[in-house]
Amino acid sequence: MTRMKNDRPVSRTTKGLTAVAAVSLAAILTWGVWSLPPYPDHVRTLVFEKLPVSGVENPVTAVLLNFRGYDTLIEIGVLLLALVGVLSAGPYSAPAPGKQPRPILMLLPRLFLPFIILLSGYVLWIGKYAPGGAFQAGAVLAGGGILYVTATDRRIRLATGIVRSAVAAGLLVFLLVALATLVARGQFLQYPVASAGTLILVIETAATVSIGAILLLLFVGAEPIEAYPNRDRHIEPQNAEKEDPIK
Amino acid sequence: MLLDGFLSLVILFLAWRLLTSKDLFKAVVLFIGFGLVMSLAWIRLRAIDIAMAEAAIGAGLTGALFLSALHRMHRAGDTAPDTDEEPDAT
Repeated sequence: MTRMKNDRPVSRTTKGLTAVAAVSLAAILTWGVWSLPPYPDHVRTLVFEKLPVSGVENPVTAVLLNFRGYDTLIEIGVLLLALVGVLSAGPYSAPAPGKQPRPILMLLPRLFLPFIILLSGYVLWIGKYAPGGAFQAGAVLAGGGILYVTATDRRIRLATGIVRSAVAAGLLVFLLVALATLVARGQFLQYPVASAGTLILVIETAATVSIGAILLLLFVGAEPIEAYPNRDRHIEPQNAEKEDPIK
Repeated sequence: MLLDGFLSLVILFLAWRLLTSKDLFKAVVLFIGFGLVMSLAWIRLRAIDIAMAEAAIGAGLTGALFLSALHRMHRAGDTAPDTDEEPDAT
């Protein structure tokens, strides 16, 4: 049984006050949700009216990537910022190497990674017609990446071009498309109707790669850049063997 | 309707059990289960994209993150040594 050390008992007043705060928050949220109209009908009719010009057939993707594309652009930027914040939050500690080889542990990535990559591509593609899209596909990809990294104790180096381009690709492609529409048609993020579907697919593909990489790095951390050798020294476990980092 | 009520009860029960559990590993496992039942709740609310994201991120990524944090706590010595008191009723 894994308990926390120094598990001091909590005083009754603290417990009572926390209970009151939690119950009142729950009551406020329940009242708030209950007093909403069953369906915001005018928004629904609007979305379904404009669906043919949006370039996709799934209303959620249309709203996310076309009608409210600006919000999604900012979301992807926020994800990148969150990654920068998390990576700056403390020193990097490398995973302790286990006993090698570990055939049972390596079996899982060997079995599942091909399916995970295929599933991620499918979810990305199906986002045009059915529930799916970039965020879901990116999350699935990150899950596969975590499986791999946990099984092989890989360290991901931040300084490599492939990691940095993967992490920045979503925001970059989205911004480029937005600026291209600004230059070509005078309006930021206004896709031409004929190529809206293609543009959305391009943006979503870059976003999938990016979201997968960002979520993976949020989970596993990244070895800091070695350009400044006197800063950000990473902590090595005492009996570590040098493993080959990715590229 | 019955399913919705049952789902809500299960979600509340899981949340209560995982918050009051002294065993941290059990709490993390319950959290992953909670994430999956939450995903079902999203499907019942007809938000299938959110259900997919909840299953992948809420149950998958966050669950793995908690397990990794628990492992680091254990390595850093922040967990109490194994005692055999209070066997849980479940």
